[in-house]
Amino acid sequence: MDIPKDLVAASAAPLVLSILAEGDSYGYAIIKRVAELSEGELEWTDGLLYPLLHRLERQGLVESRWGASETGRRRKYYALTDGGRSAIAEHRAQWAAVSAALESAWERARMRIADAGPTGALA
Amino acid sequence: MTGDTTTLDGQIALWRGHLERRAGVDGPDVDELEDHLRGHIEALTASGLSEDEAFLVAVKRLGSQDAIAHEFAQENSKRLWKQLVLGADVPSRRADARAGGLAAVAFGVLGGLLVQVPRLWDADESFYAPNVSLLGFAALIAYLLWRRPQGRGFTVAVAGLFAAVAVVANLYPLGDQGDVLAITSLHVPILTWLVVCVAYAGHRWRSVDGRMDAVRFTGEWVIYMALLAAGGGALVAVTLAVSSAAGVDAETFVTGWLVPCGAAGAVVIAAWLVDSKQSVIENMAPVLARVFTPLFALTFVALLAVVVLSGEIATLDREVLLVCDAVLIIAVGLVLYSLTARPDDAVAGWFERTQLALVGGALVLDAIALVNIVGRLDDGWTINRTVVLAINVILLVNLAVTAWLLTRLLRGRPGAAHALERWQTALLPVYGAWALVAIVVLPPALGLV
Repeated sequence: MDIPKDLVAASAAPLVLSILAEGDSYGYAIIKRVAELSEGELEWTDGLLYPLLHRLERQGLVESRWGASETGRRRKYYALTDGGRSAIAEHRAQWAAVSAALESAWERARMRIADAGPTGALA
Repeated sequence: MTGDTTTLDGQIALWRGHLERRAGVDGPDVDELEDHLRGHIEALTASGLSEDEAFLVAVKRLGSQDAIAHEFAQENSKRLWKQLVLGADVPSRRADARAGGLAAVAFGVLGGLLVQVPRLWDADESFYAPNVSLLGFAALIAYLLWRRPQGRGFTVAVAGLFAAVAVVANLYPLGDQGDVLAITSLHVPILTWLVVCVAYAGHRWRSVDGRMDAVRFTGEWVIYMALLAAGGGALVAVTLAVSSAAGVDAETFVTGWLVPCGAAGAVVIAAWLVDSKQSVIENMAPVLARVFTPLFALTFVALLAVVVLSGEIATLDREVLLVCDAVLIIAVGLVLYSLTARPDDAVAGWFERTQLALVGGALVLDAIALVNIVGRLDDGWTINRTVVLAINVILLVNLAVTAWLLTRLLRGRPGAAHALERWQTALLPVYGAWALVAIVVLPPALGLV
C-alpha cells in the first residue's frame, strides 16, 4: 500500500510525540519505531525527521540534550515536555474526529462500494 | 575534498562536506544526521551487507540533500531569503530581474514622483500630515508585491487594504482641529506599515513565522533607512553649501523636491537592500541589539532616578510624560528587535537578564506614567489624554506579559522563546485596531468632529 505524502506528513508530528511518550529516544530509534508500529507501511524520508524534531523543540513540545551512543558517538536525545503531552491529547481528539467521520461515511456507503466490484471494495 | 573515498569514513566525510556547504544546515545538524547515518549503516552491515552497500542504502533512505537542506533552512532560519536562495537552484531570468537593483530604482523613482502628486492641487499641511505615510509607502507596497508575486487575489486584497487606510485617514475634515489632526497623523502610519508588513509576509501573514519575518524586515529596513538618511543629510548639506557659495538660493528646491523625493525613493531602496544584502545585516542585528539593550536599561534607571528625585511622582511635567511614552515604545521595539536577532538554540544568559531588567524598568516607568495620566483625567477627557492613557495601558499589558515570558525563558522552560514570539506577533493586529479606534472612534466620541 502506498500512503500519500500528505497523509504521512500530517501524521508525523503526533506519531513522533507519541513515540517519545514511551520514553526518551533519538532519531534513528524513532524511525525504527515508526516502521515497527506501522508494520512497514509508513515510509519516511529519514532525513526529514530531524527538521521536524527541531520544530517540535522550538514549539516547546520536546526537549533535547546531547549525549553519547553505546559506542561513544555524539548523539542527540529527545524527551517529551508537559506541553508535548497535552499536544498528544489534542492530536488524539483531532484524529479521532477525522477517523470517526470517515468510518461513518464508509458505513453508509458500504453497500454501494461493495456493488462497485472487487476493485472498489474496502480492504 | 580530502580523505580516502574508498573507506567508509572517507565516504561519510565527503557526504558531510557536501551537506555542510548548504545554506541553512549547520554543524550540529550534520552531526545529528551523521549519527543517524552511522547507526543505520551499523544495522545494515550487521544484517550482512557490505559497508559500501550499507552506505548507499542509508544515504538513499536519508533523502536527497536538497530536500533535507530545504527543510532545515525552513526550520532553522525561518527566513524568507534563505528559502529564496535555496529555491534559486534553477535561476530563471524573470526571478533574477526581480531581484535586481534596477527594478528597485524604478520603483524608487515612482515613489519619489508620488509624493509630488498633491502639488497638482496645491495641497496644504492638513492634507500632507495624515497622508504622508500613504504617499511614501505606496511604491514600497507595490514593489514588495511585484518582488514576490502572491497571486492576483492577494494583490487585490492588499490594494483594498491600502485604499481602506486612505479612506480612514481622510474620513473627517480636520483642517481646524489641531489635536485631532496630530493624533490622526501619528496613527495612520501604523496602519500603513501594517499593510507593508502584510505585503512583505505574503500568504504567511497569519503565521507567527511570517509575522516575525515582517518584524525582522521592519527592523532591518529602519537600519538601512538610518544609513541612507545619514548619506542623504550629507548630500543636502553639500548642495546647500555649494549653491549658497554660488549665490543661488537652493532652499526651496531642497526642502520641496530633493528631501521628499529622496526620502520616498530611499524607502524602496532600503527594502531592496534588506533583501539583497541580507547576510550583512544578519550579522549586524544581534550586535546592535546587544549594544543598545544594556544602554537603554541604564537610561531607564536614569529616568526613574530623575522621576523619583523630582519628588512629584503623581504630578509629572507633560514633557517628562511624553519622554516616558517614547522610551516605552523604544523598549517594546528593542524587545521585538532582539527577538528577531535571536538564534533559536541560544541559551538564556546575561543578555536575557538585561532584557528582563529593561522590561522591568519600563514597567515601573509605565505604572508611574499611568498614575499621572489618571490624575490629569480629573480635569476632563481630552483626546490627547485619552490616547496617552490607552497607549500606556496597551504597553503595560504588553510589558507585563513579556516580563513573565522572559522569566520563563531565563528558567529554561521549553518553548519559551516561541511563546514570546507568538505573544509579540499576536499584538501586531492589536496596534492596528487601536490605531483605527484613535482615528475613527475617538474624535466623534469626544465631540470633536
